[in-house]
Amino acid sequence: MSRTDAIGAAYLVCAILFIIGLRRLSSPATARSGNRLAAVGMAIAIAATLFDERVLSFGWIVVGAIAGGVAGAVGARKVKMTAMPQMVALFNGVGGGAAALVALADYHDTVGLPGHVEVRIIASILFSAVVGAVSFSGSMIAFGKLQEVISGAPTVVPGQRFVTGALAAVVAVLCVILGTGHESQALLAVTMAIALVLGIQMVMAIGGADMPVVISLLNAFTGLATASTGFVLSNNVLIISGTLVGASGTLLTQMMGRAMNRTITNVVFGAFGTGGGAAAAVGAGAVDGQVRATTAEDVAVMLAYARRVVIVPGYGLAVAQAQHNVRELADQLERRGVDVRYAIHPVAGRMPGHMNVLLAEADVPYPQLFEMDDINPEFPRTDVSLVIGANDVVNPAAQNTPGSPIYGMPILKVHESAAIVVLKRSMNTGFAGIENELFYDPKTSMLFGDAKASVASLTTAVKAV
Amino acid sequence: MNESLLIELTVFVLAAFVGIEVISKVPTMLHTPLMSGTNAIHGVVIVGAILVAGSHHGALTTVVGTIAVAFGASNVIGGFLVTDRMLEMFRKRPEAGASDQGGDTG
Repeated sequence: MSRTDAIGAAYLVCAILFIIGLRRLSSPATARSGNRLAAVGMAIAIAATLFDERVLSFGWIVVGAIAGGVAGAVGARKVKMTAMPQMVALFNGVGGGAAALVALADYHDTVGLPGHVEVRIIASILFSAVVGAVSFSGSMIAFGKLQEVISGAPTVVPGQRFVTGALAAVVAVLCVILGTGHESQALLAVTMAIALVLGIQMVMAIGGADMPVVISLLNAFTGLATASTGFVLSNNVLIISGTLVGASGTLLTQMMGRAMNRTITNVVFGAFGTGGGAAAAVGAGAVDGQVRATTAEDVAVMLAYARRVVIVPGYGLAVAQAQHNVRELADQLERRGVDVRYAIHPVAGRMPGHMNVLLAEADVPYPQLFEMDDINPEFPRTDVSLVIGANDVVNPAAQNTPGSPIYGMPILKVHESAAIVVLKRSMNTGFAGIENELFYDPKTSMLFGDAKASVASLTTAVKAV
Repeated sequence: MNESLLIELTVFVLAAFVGIEVISKVPTMLHTPLMSGTNAIHGVVIVGAILVAGSHHGALTTVVGTIAVAFGASNVIGGFLVTDRMLEMFRKRPEAGASDQGGDTG
């Protein structure tokens, strides 16, 4: 077996480990080992590549690997669980950046060679370069928005759609020029620069609440850019892994879009939050009735004597980092024999399943976590629904008000339970900027304040009951 | 269309089907670790970066390649570590302890 064959075999093992690893991610019990299997596969692929005959020296590889590896390891160790989405955005961005840079270097090498360059190589290089660049700059903006370095509000330039379309068209035209025999490294650099601007432009216009969908989409982009690099290098492991990520990212993006009742084009081009503003103002006038404020002591009595309590955690809980306090409250209630469940909306938190991670961090046993479709039939048999920092995902307008911007979005039907307690910082509207008629329901009482402080005082009050 | 391109396209299409098949079985509660795990996997582009950084094709290529290796390495190492940290939390709590306490005071 030649050296090339051996490396190819190692790549095959790597691809198999990636697929088995992803397969094992489908159950909480095997997920961790799945991730580790994939990591082993990655180590094998990297080690095999070092034996490639094209690798002539290791100095700069080691420098780059140490610099990047240390940065990645420190970031991954230090990040708080609530800041996980922006960390994923950051890692996704550098992955896209790597794909774009590899494309740039490959182009530099290819055009230097005498003779005609195959169109398929040029096309793959252009795809990696452009998509990698969009993913890099887009992810950095997503990181900035989630980290709140830049405003989470959609920043729309005049003629947003026209500008985005024009930038995309310019990139496409430049790619055609480059792809049809015009060899110019400067032109490729210009194309990539415009692609970077396109990424910034696209993500700046999207509100902070939609960042999960954006990250998922950009994850798919980076995957496809990686696969395309595989076509340039005729490397199957890059094609397979990049495509796996591309397929999974696309599927996840679709699932999230469905959970928010929006299409991907609507997320990318809709500039939600600004368009919804007008509708929200109209909606605010339409809701009448009074909001009932309550005290921690009153709520504690309700909870302590309930048979079943369903906790609906939302983004507000994540921001206040109240997951540990919620677990304590639930423990207190369970000790009194209350059946406590958690209802998790698919887009609660800032990424799909983000809420599950936060609650798992607080040691909430995952059999207590119920997904939307499983818990919704249970609300009529629920004594108290405790809504903590969630808003749009429990808004009955999604079912009852055809004019509402969120009409048609699947919601948690807390309004069907016997009583509802909403923990909320103030009467501000949610991300979507829509008034919530649930708060005016006679069955609803509101406990205002910071989620963490409110939950802590509830726990104390329950102990005292 | 030459033969190697055809083989590569075949691999691409089959991988897409495998990806969709495997991912569609993952429950919502694991979507964040999944996103983070697949995020680490696309860091395999570091393979391409190593080939660039290790080749002697001039200073520009080496600089670009080294930055690409650094990017890829932080994607890979950071991605897998962060996913591992998330999944570490999905361990089961001892069930017996919780229900015993419930019996005592309830």
